[in-house]
Amino acid sequence: MAEVCLALAMIGLTAYAVLGGADLGAGFWDLTAGGAHRGGRVRGLIQRSMSPVWEANHVWLIFVLVVLWTAFPVFFGSVMSTLYVPLFGAALGIIFRGVAFAVRGQAATIAEARVVGAVFALSSVIVPFCMGAAIGGIAAGEVPEGNALGPPLDSWLNPTSILVGVLAVATGAYVSAVYLAADAVRADLPDLVEAFRRRALGAGVVAGALAIGGLFVVRAEARDLFDGLTSGGGLVAVLASAAFGIVTMGLVWTRRMAPARWTAAGAVACVVLGWAFAQSPDLLPGSLTLDEAAADDATLAALLIAVGAGLLVLVPSLVLLYRLVLRGTLDQRFEPLDQRYRPITAGDHPQEPRP
Amino acid sequence: MSAFLLAAAEVTGRLGEPAQEHLLWARELQAMSLAFHIPLVCFGIAFPAIVLFMEGLHLRTGDPTYKALAKRWSKVMLILFAVGVVTGTILSFEFGLLWPNFMATFGDVFGIAFALEGVSFFLEAIFIAIYVYGWDRLPRRAHLLTGVPIVITGVTGSLMVISVNGWMNNPVGFDVVNGDVVNIRPWEALFNSYFWHELVHMYAAGYMVAGFTVAGVYAFAWLRGRRTRYVRVGMVVPLTVACLVAPVQVVLGDWAGREVAEVQPVKLATFEGLPRTQSGAPFHILGWYDESDEEVKGAIAIPDLLSILAFHDPDATVQGLTSVPPDDRPGPVNVVRYAFQTMIGIGTLLALVGVFYAVVWWRRRRLPRSPWFYRLVVAAGPLAGIALIAGWITTEVGRQPWIVYGVMRVEDAVTDAGGLPVAFFVALAVYLTLAATVVWLLRRLARRPPDVEVGVPVEAA
Ligand code: HDD
Ligand code: HEM
Ligand code: HEM
Repeated sequence: MAEVCLALAMIGLTAYAVLGGADLGAGFWDLTAGGAHRGGRVRGLIQRSMSPVWEANHVWLIFVLVVLWTAFPVFFGSVMSTLYVPLFGAALGIIFRGVAFAVRGQAATIAEARVVGAVFALSSVIVPFCMGAAIGGIAAGEVPEGNALGPPLDSWLNPTSILVGVLAVATGAYVSAVYLAADAVRADLPDLVEAFRRRALGAGVVAGALAIGGLFVVRAEARDLFDGLTSGGGLVAVLASAAFGIVTMGLVWTRRMAPARWTAAGAVACVVLGWAFAQSPDLLPGSLTLDEAAADDATLAALLIAVGAGLLVLVPSLVLLYRLVLRGTLDQRFEPLDQRYRPITAGDHPQEPRP
Repeated sequence: MSAFLLAAAEVTGRLGEPAQEHLLWARELQAMSLAFHIPLVCFGIAFPAIVLFMEGLHLRTGDPTYKALAKRWSKVMLILFAVGVVTGTILSFEFGLLWPNFMATFGDVFGIAFALEGVSFFLEAIFIAIYVYGWDRLPRRAHLLTGVPIVITGVTGSLMVISVNGWMNNPVGFDVVNGDVVNIRPWEALFNSYFWHELVHMYAAGYMVAGFTVAGVYAFAWLRGRRTRYVRVGMVVPLTVACLVAPVQVVLGDWAGREVAEVQPVKLATFEGLPRTQSGAPFHILGWYDESDEEVKGAIAIPDLLSILAFHDPDATVQGLTSVPPDDRPGPVNVVRYAFQTMIGIGTLLALVGVFYAVVWWRRRRLPRSPWFYRLVVAAGPLAGIALIAGWITTEVGRQPWIVYGVMRVEDAVTDAGGLPVAFFVALAVYLTLAATVVWLLRRLARRPPDVEVGVPVEAA
């Protein structure tokens, strides 16, 4: 049962990495979109695409935390107390990001829009980096079991951690560009399709290069992790991820954005899976195995029942949301967010109800 | 007596005993984050139902005023929900960051509640998005229906969180053997019978805070002479809700007090500053509790009232603070006492406001005319918010020195990580910025003429 609970956490993490990561990646493109005028259309598409879904995407993170602390309480306590610096940083980034995003559509003047946009974009980079660095710290075996027993800085400022942090930013940007390109297709904005297609290809190359180069870093710095990634299930997952990545690039290259969404998600899922294989059977490499960390059977069973029952209502609801989104029912009108003065009535366009 | 006197079963936790010199900072940080999250949550609890009611009125009458209000409010709801989500996420981080030993030791006991809560929030996030972005894009009835899950998940979400808090105050569902937590029964912990009064009382508080705050905004406009139908409707609906709940809240508070008297007698003694166990215990208003002399000084004493409040019997025996060793008494007695008295004072005042409003309406079929009434309504929102925080301070600080009542102390639960004072001030700065931003955002929203929501003029007098 411990394995099933771990799988739940992994599924949640994958969903967060893919969906939340795509939202965070959008922040990266916002940051790099260029000056107020030039970046206006890119920013407008980001605003429009993310508005209805970002909160639901974010809740995956809460799901992961909750499953971890219920099923693996000692693991949770050890990780949180040792990796407190990046995790506190991620938490602050999450606040800033959510609020700045909510505010951004309301900014009326260029000065306001600049400040809010910068906060949104910067925190979008900080959050994945901090989360990635924390995961890298766990994977590299820097977190011992116990109350804040690991080093507060070295546990996440080591080469492996930094690598995973940067990789998280890059993958988020990559997935996000693919999704935004697909959204631009739906919104009938060919110039933005091209803009994000180029970004997707660029980010895909960078993420791929980082992943391959990173293997050498991991080999030098965290030998156990490397061995796990290059043998057995770990190797299969890594290869599958690479394959998904290449297929995605091909689809983007040939402008087939809708299926590229799925293969991009597959590539990320395989990375998470590879990590799980590489570390198994340890949760905290070198100090805590999955079985030692797992809660009592009664708790694990209760968790599975609770989550299972929850999924029965959750899955149809999520399907409904994404169906409405992908059909364009919830779409707002596209407006470039070019940070000129916006009249205070902007964004309100009553329409006739659709039949 | 309760588990409390069986406190031989104390645990220090699976991660060992921390040596944290900054315990107080951790507590203050936790308290600050909660105090920021909870008022937002009130809108999550109460606002969806009020908004749906408005939309329902619009569907029945076709009047665009109702729709303008419902649509405008749904945007406010979305903003507050967004801030609620991020501050709530911070809380879940903080449970681990500040109290890793608590999570490591008891995460598996109460985790189910949070798992179910997570499902609730998920559904809430999904349907709130559909609801707000679906205005004028979904068929009218379908749109109203997509609001119903928001109302339901508002209930279930708070039910689960508060069940955890009830469990922390009255822990069940596990056994302690030689300092180890074993034999965990998560469903028993989830349905610990203690949280019902907390849930209902908190729920009513949510309706009071949200109702009075929203009504206050329109009462302010009303006082400044904007006497349009839009302003009037925007004021009357939430005000009526809040005024109906306010008197009920006093009864619910009394119920809460009696539950505390039974399960956490030392906490009750702290509410009042009652030093020694006695029958026919008095209630002291104002004054302060002197820890060295162990008595309340400078207060107005009302004989027998505490016994009546706690047990509905003037001669009942009430357990005093000195019935347990000093180490087991809640730290700052006066903080708890004043928080408790603030809550009761405000609760009584708001109940009177509610009764007055109801009587005027019932006898004269109109709104009160005195500007003083509207000034009170403007003040009532913030007052209800203060009562809310005061109530939580009563509950949480009154639970000290225990994080899990009678089983685990806060000093054993805390993290061994450094930097807590730094974290506190960083978080303080962030929360202040956040508060300022939310206010700015809501004012910006309020400045738009309501016509833009429906495309026709609605603000005719
Ligand atoms: C608008 C807010 C509000 C108002 C007007 C009142 N309360 Fe309250 N009270 C709360 C908001 C609140 C709360 C914040 O919601 C608490 C904190 C924990 C809880 O369950 O509810 C609470 C807790 C709380 C507790 C402690 C429960 C526990 O520790 O388990 C008691 C004894 C009372 N209240 C009693 C009263 C009385 C006698 C009131 C009336 C005069 C009253 N409250 C008005
Ligand atoms: C799921 C429900 C809750 C949990 C798990 C929880 C958890 C905690 C924890 C871990 C602490 C720190 C330890 C301590 O000082 O006791 C704490 C303290 C506190 N909590 Fe709660 N809490 C819950 C509900 C609430 C709510 C709804 C409020 C409302 C604002 C609240 C207000 C406080 C306050 C004011 C403190 C500080 C106490 C002090 O300064 O000593 N709590 N809570
Ligand atoms: C695990 C950490 C927590 C997370 C992730 C979290 C998250 C959230 C979210 C997303 C909401 C919905 C916001 C809204 O409706 O405005 C919410 C509501 C609520 N939260 Fe928190 N919160 C957490 C901890 C707490 C704590 C400690 C309390 C204290 C009792 C609390 C009490 C509530 C209540 C009563 C609601 C209202 C129920 C609802 O609207 O669904 N939460 N929380």
